[in-house]
Amino acid sequence: MDGFGSDFSAGASGGKMDTGTIMEQVKVQIAVANAQELLQRMTDKCFKKCIGKPGSSLDNSEQKCIAMCMDRYMDAWNTVSRTYNSRLQRERARM
Amino acid sequence: PVPCPSPTKKYLLYLFFATDPQLQQFIEVESQKQRFQQLVHQMTEVCWEKCMDKPGPKLDSRAEVCFVNCVERFIDTSQFILNRLEQTQRSKGSFSETMDD
Repeated sequence: MDGFGSDFSAGASGGKMDTGTIMEQVKVQIAVANAQELLQRMTDKCFKKCIGKPGSSLDNSEQKCIAMCMDRYMDAWNTVSRTYNSRLQRERARM
Repeated sequence: PVPCPSPTKKYLLYLFFATDPQLQQFIEVESQKQRFQQLVHQMTEVCWEKCMDKPGPKLDSRAEVCFVNCVERFIDTSQFILNRLEQTQRSKGSFSETMDD
């Protein structure tokens, strides 16, 4: 954030600030935030599904379950995204 | 003399974004994309609870149908609630105005 502020004052005082650079930075930050969101929710859900009683280590069957759960969570995410998107298209067409 | 409070960086940034038409449009588009993504995260979580028993080697068609229906009904529910709230607000319009006073 400090970078942003100093970039701004530099831009205001003289040289034109590169709009493209800002947009790239914002896009990267959004992508990171989305990945973190997915990671966090996926961890919650798969922990709940796969770890019945937390033992002294992640055993083999738990690891297998987590791996499968991750893949299914991604499938679910994609199905939800596709369904929501087509719903939006339908509603837009109706307007 | 009373020191003039300097505007925060956030405010400067806001001004900067708001006055550049290209950035303005960029922010609008990105915000919309972000709202979409956020709702996908939320609905995936809600529907996961409803539709997923034990994660298997692939997403079976029964679960897939469940996810599709879950999303559609979730949106229906949200629209229904919004409509109903609007209706009750409208019919109680004068009442809530006196309540506000």
